[in-house]
Amino acid sequence: MRWRIPRRPVAAVALLALAAAGCSGEADSSTDGATAPVSATAAYGDTFIDSLLGNISSLIPTITSDSASHEVGNQIYSGLITFDKDLNPVGDLAESWEFSRDCRDLTFRLRPGVKWHDGRPFTADDVVFTWQTIVDAKTPSPYKSEYALVESVRAEGPGVVRVHYSQPFAKALTNWATAMLPKHLLETYVREGRIREAPQNWSAPVGTGPYRFKELRSGEKVVLVSNPDYWEGRPYISRIVYRIIPSQATTFLELKARGVDATTLTALQYSRQTEYRAFQRAYTKFRHPGNGYTYLGFNLRDPRFADRRVRQAFAYAINKREVIDGVRVGLAREATGPYKPGTWAYTDKVKTYPYDMDKARRLLAEAGWTHRNEDGLLVRDGKPFTFELLTNQGNDERKKVAEIVQAQLRELGVGVEIRTLEWAAFLKEHIKKRNFEAIVLGWGIGIDPDQYVVWHSSQTGPDQLNHISYKNPEVDRLLEAGRTTCVREERVKYYHQLQQVLAEDLPLVFLYFSDALPVVSSRVYGIDPGPNGIRYRSNKWFVPQPLQRYTAG
Amino acid sequence: MAPGDPVEIQQGDLNPLHQQSLQELRKLYGLDDPLHVQYWNWLKRIVLLDFGRSFAPHGRPVIHMIRERLPITLTLNVIEMLIIVAMAVPVGVTSATRQYSAFDKATTVFVFVGFATPDFWLAVMLQILFGVHMGWLPISGLRLPVWEYLPFWQQQWDFASHLILPITVATFGGLAGFSRYMRQSMLEVIRQDYVQSARAKGLPESVVIGKHALRNAMLPIVTVLGLSVPGLIGGSVIVETIFAIPGMGQLMVQSVYERDYPVIMANLVIVASLTLVANLIADLSYSLIDPRIRVSRRGRR
Repeated sequence: MRWRIPRRPVAAVALLALAAAGCSGEADSSTDGATAPVSATAAYGDTFIDSLLGNISSLIPTITSDSASHEVGNQIYSGLITFDKDLNPVGDLAESWEFSRDCRDLTFRLRPGVKWHDGRPFTADDVVFTWQTIVDAKTPSPYKSEYALVESVRAEGPGVVRVHYSQPFAKALTNWATAMLPKHLLETYVREGRIREAPQNWSAPVGTGPYRFKELRSGEKVVLVSNPDYWEGRPYISRIVYRIIPSQATTFLELKARGVDATTLTALQYSRQTEYRAFQRAYTKFRHPGNGYTYLGFNLRDPRFADRRVRQAFAYAINKREVIDGVRVGLAREATGPYKPGTWAYTDKVKTYPYDMDKARRLLAEAGWTHRNEDGLLVRDGKPFTFELLTNQGNDERKKVAEIVQAQLRELGVGVEIRTLEWAAFLKEHIKKRNFEAIVLGWGIGIDPDQYVVWHSSQTGPDQLNHISYKNPEVDRLLEAGRTTCVREERVKYYHQLQQVLAEDLPLVFLYFSDALPVVSSRVYGIDPGPNGIRYRSNKWFVPQPLQRYTAG
Repeated sequence: MAPGDPVEIQQGDLNPLHQQSLQELRKLYGLDDPLHVQYWNWLKRIVLLDFGRSFAPHGRPVIHMIRERLPITLTLNVIEMLIIVAMAVPVGVTSATRQYSAFDKATTVFVFVGFATPDFWLAVMLQILFGVHMGWLPISGLRLPVWEYLPFWQQQWDFASHLILPITVATFGGLAGFSRYMRQSMLEVIRQDYVQSARAKGLPESVVIGKHALRNAMLPIVTVLGLSVPGLIGGSVIVETIFAIPGMGQLMVQSVYERDYPVIMANLVIVASLTLVANLIADLSYSLIDPRIRVSRRGRR
């Protein structure tokens, strides 16, 4: 069956709008996508219609943790620093920064002349206020702990901010990418513990970012317009409309009908459902490593899994390529450790476990699993090697991973029973209580390579994240060293070593990093994909004049 | 109660948070009180019609959230009900009076198809056919993103065209059910003696069916309609999610996922009140339809 992307009446509608409302700007309904020869000169104008899967939960990013709110928040607000294509920190509201010798003082020099959307100047006092807001006990911010080591933040003159840490903290710089908040508007609300009730949180957010807030219709759309006073100059695209569409299938149909300009594809959509010419003409597909990996984890308190040879045997017995092909249609990268390929902390010089059943059998035999019973299962001390593999409902990928693991371990002589559970129950009854044998789960990874909370032996308490109960003094040492220096070269050394130790000791079987698969209308130019994805610096995206589709007031 | 608490879900499931700040948040929302205390506090507020504020980071008054969503769901459901009644009654009556005719058999087939079609599947098929292939109707949402720039009549047409697919889908299953009820109820009535005697009096068939039989046959239908209100709002969950319509169904599902108790409770209260109101209307309309109910009431006095 061939799909046709009809020219939707949208363009015509936009023309009508031009006639009726007398808007400035131009919409060309006669050009069909990128087929017309176009010189890619940057031009102002057009509307970009983006899609969000979830509703916005608030418009002050400091108190939200959902991705939809942050995506919109990133356009309205900006931080002191931001990240470039390769995830290196670059100045945003700060022009430059400097660490003291002992890594405990961090001094920012602010960019002069930056204005809030309401015209008031952005100053060092706003930076101090932002910090005070986050750490204020009455502010419901999920990011408080990130600032636990900050002893003081002081304005030293209108353009200089000095942050003092109680001990060297490697993530210090990264945390200052947080959205800066306007003191003159929010101060009383924060002081009274009513930040959620401030108009800036829902109906009138004010930031320093490239786009200004125009309108929000709950569950329907958010409209932003370009900020003519943005410090880097007015963004090219005049207007962004975020449509909220809770179903991924519907978003995909809207994409085909050109009702939205961008979304994220699933692996199947990327490889099977978009490979026809009309789609390729209308959209550009991107592929870059995503921000998380999927793993097979063990409860290391279980004596069977505490034996490293058993874990290594499993790693040899699981054909990662097959997992990636079966689950992600090949759209993922094999994980060798907990760091994303292509970033500065990553190294590929680690022990790998290519698929090798014989080696797996030998390792299990060394661990004492030699005999098989009549079902073909390995037996030791009269007990067959079987375990329960848990994963959460609502994630088909993980369920499929579990099924492939089940089949491949069965070949090895290990019986696996799969159970899927609702997320909240899974977390509360099994993960937190350490009441599991093995799990298929994923870890999201942040920009900074510090993974102290995941691997350190001090983090095995019931509410902490080392739920596999991993304890390795060498790993502890490297984690501590890596997070207490601000010198990049030293950190690279520690994290490379950390990956080598983890790959050898294998506390869990690292499976794969999924690729993120964004798709954007081909009339949008200036997108440069990298480890940081495609969304960074979207203020420099533009639509050449002849391709513009909507008038923007 | 479902496991997991709103504070944890809101803060991202595996977010390395200080336990202290979690505890502070629980206190802020009053979640550290025993359940019966929380419930009592809620009751005290609800008698003053104060639904409280949402636990979500926006912390908006629940009543505002419901106010912007209830009209959408009500509009959809009222239109849907009107269409169902307008179509199910004639279809049911016709297939009852001409039992085993070709028309009756055709509607029977339609009914089985209607019952057996999952509405999420039908929705996607219609979206693909009319939205993607033909390009006649919008696929989802309530309005075009550039709606503000349309002239008045275009705006109305745009809004109406966005409703066509969701209403079709929502009506489809209900129509099948109600036409069956109507047929059944009519079949029972036309076998009764008074219908026979009405015919014997020489009344034209249209009066026998349309006046004498229909009134009695309508009574069970009205009851079922009144009782189906909670089901309709529950059923909007699927339609609203697939068609990206910001109504009560979506709000309900989302608040359950987030364990946003004030919103869940308010939703339940609203749906419960709507059900009561619908039943009241149903009871009142009995007397409209069936004069005997009016008479007997007067008689008892």
